[in-house]
Amino acid sequence: MRALCWRGQKNVAVERVPDPKILNPRDAIVRITTTAICGSDLHLYDGYIPTMKAGDILGHEFMGVVEETGRGVTHVRKGDRVVVPFTIACGGCFFCKRELYSACDNSNPNAEVADTAYGYGGSSLFGYSHMFGGYAGGQAEFARVPFADVGLFKVPAHLPDEKVLFLTDIFPTGYMAAENCNIHPGDTVAVWGCGPVGLFAIKSAFLLGAHRVIGIDYVEGRLRMARDLCGAEVVNFEKVDLYGWLDDKTGGRGPDACIDAVGMEAHGTNLAAVLDRVKAFAHLATDRPQALRQAIMACRKGGTVSIPGVYGGLLDKLPMGAAFGKGLTFKMGQTHVHKYVPKLLARIEKGEIDPSFLITHRYNLSDAAEAYHRFATQQDEYVKVVLKP
Amino acid sequence: MAATLLSVAAKSAAGRDSAVARAVDALPQVRTNLSSPERWVSLAAGGALFGLGFDGRGPGLLSCLAGTYLLYRAATGNCLAYQALGFSTSDATAPASVIAAEHGTRVEHVVTVMKPADQVYRFWRDFENLPRFMTHLVDVDTTTDGRSRWVAKGPLGLQVEWEAELLTDTPNRVIAWKSVDGSDVDTAGSVRFTDLPHGQGTEVRVELKYDPPGGKVGSAVARLFGENPDRQVREDLRRFKQILETGETPTTEGQPHGRR
Ligand SMILES: NC(=O)c1ccc[n+]([C@@H]2O[C@H](COP(=O)([O-])OP(=O)(O)OC[C@H]3O[C@@H](n4cnc5c(N)ncnc54)[C@H](O)[C@@H]3O)[C@@H](O)[C@H]2O)c1
Ligand SMILES: [Zn+2]
Ligand SMILES: [Zn+2]
Repeated sequence: MRALCWRGQKNVAVERVPDPKILNPRDAIVRITTTAICGSDLHLYDGYIPTMKAGDILGHEFMGVVEETGRGVTHVRKGDRVVVPFTIACGGCFFCKRELYSACDNSNPNAEVADTAYGYGGSSLFGYSHMFGGYAGGQAEFARVPFADVGLFKVPAHLPDEKVLFLTDIFPTGYMAAENCNIHPGDTVAVWGCGPVGLFAIKSAFLLGAHRVIGIDYVEGRLRMARDLCGAEVVNFEKVDLYGWLDDKTGGRGPDACIDAVGMEAHGTNLAAVLDRVKAFAHLATDRPQALRQAIMACRKGGTVSIPGVYGGLLDKLPMGAAFGKGLTFKMGQTHVHKYVPKLLARIEKGEIDPSFLITHRYNLSDAAEAYHRFATQQDEYVKVVLKP
Repeated sequence: MAATLLSVAAKSAAGRDSAVARAVDALPQVRTNLSSPERWVSLAAGGALFGLGFDGRGPGLLSCLAGTYLLYRAATGNCLAYQALGFSTSDATAPASVIAAEHGTRVEHVVTVMKPADQVYRFWRDFENLPRFMTHLVDVDTTTDGRSRWVAKGPLGLQVEWEAELLTDTPNRVIAWKSVDGSDVDTAGSVRFTDLPHGQGTEVRVELKYDPPGGKVGSAVARLFGENPDRQVREDLRRFKQILETGETPTTEGQPHGRR
């Protein structure tokens, strides 16, 4: 089959590789009909994630049709049309039983590595480095899905791929980020980052009853989407004094909740941000938490900082004193996708949201390397790229 | 500089004797396998570990094979295990060790399995299941009279065998065993099962003891097998839990990939 393989920093290529096989009784093979490139894939592309090997197949947002099932699979069968959460969960461990699917104990063959890095490691992810399980991803013609009874969700025939594809990651991620804000009627939520995750966070905050949502970015094309397609008030943080602007917009109190939908590669121009770049370059720090710093500083007293943006290692100059002094609540983590798929699918079916609004570009899988390059360098235009095998 | 920083950070985080510390010592050999591990000081140790373990070469391999239950009878021929494990069902709930600590290597680990105690107990009690999660074991055959024949992977492709007898067997609570007197290998072990309230599963606490080997050959064997018994037992228990909770152990062995 054809598959998009990681070759090294800023280097990916579509290669011919063997088709995947059933390796465990609970596996299924899915023939992929639509897949996408995620902002998280850019962290891999930019070389920020360790334990990658040349030849690793990328991709964790994919859907398709069940092609084959292992003898332990009972709930899905050949021919079912399914979406696949990007987190791999067993369904039977302590964490899965509490719906903390991304903390699954049993899906990572390299759990020891993740335990060493984090104290206790979380679930595996498709196509996202060997520390996170080393599973081949879904920017390919076929993929093997472990624990298929838990990790495949059937979707109704009348909903086209592009309406349900984002149930695999970014819609649940934006939704969980908003849910973590503990929104009350009348609340104002500020969202750093108007990429796919941020845009879904904005939509979700409204679905969950926020009165006002503010979108923050510096890429005009994305700010426009936040305003025109998601109903947010928007601000370009490079053009204003952000704290003053937010303070003014919130009657001198600050947003009730702040969402960091940027993560470890935040862009910034002030001194702390420049120091971050120098330090990351010199290996003294690993992440550039500029958006997170701002979210903490801007948040109102007793508010919530919700962090769907990915962080991996060590962070420097986080204003912990401000967080403590204001009594903030922090919520974060990989999305418990399995928990959200059924309820968000229901919202799509009811017409409350059509996630396909996000798609800006469509490519054939064969041209995926080109799509990566453009997605990484032309953020203004390229917001969400969908690939067709 | 990066490599030095990396080593110091990883070692101090992981402790001197850990697999990570050893992996990091061998880091220069594996750095080319990694995207740019020095970018993530805290995680690069994991990368190094991965590089070693998954290449299937280098010092990690031997520690992967570490046969933690193996031991060669000490030069004295004194069987410590017998006296250490001479306990009755009455102390099945006592927290005290069932294995004397002052001699040999003792490893203790605990894991919680989300299944009722009777099911967890039954799986372990059938010693023939043990090679499914203890990777150094090739085979365990139970015979009549509560005895069992254990075959383990030895160094240089050799196999090591011994016979074990049950010392204690209290259903759903505790199992203890030791190698019979006169075996080539002197080992003892126990596993306790504690049913947790509110359907929180079963706590499984495993203790294993093995004597130091005697003589020149014995110490060579000990070095090969005993490099990191602690890690070995922890990983064995992880597999045990995975089999009970999911019916399989996760793997990516045999999946496709592009040009390496
Ligand atoms: N928690 C999860 O399970 C999960 C799932 C998917 C994605 N993510 C993460 O969420 C984050 C966003 O994902 P995405 O797909 O939207 O990525 P993206 O890269 O497309 O979007 C990030 C946006 O943040 C903007 N930005 C950069 N610096 C900023 C700053 N200082 N302040 C405000 N905005 C800034 C960028 O211009 C961009 O529009 C990433 O870190 C991704 O890895 C997490
Ligand atoms: Zn993603
Ligand atoms: Zn699980």
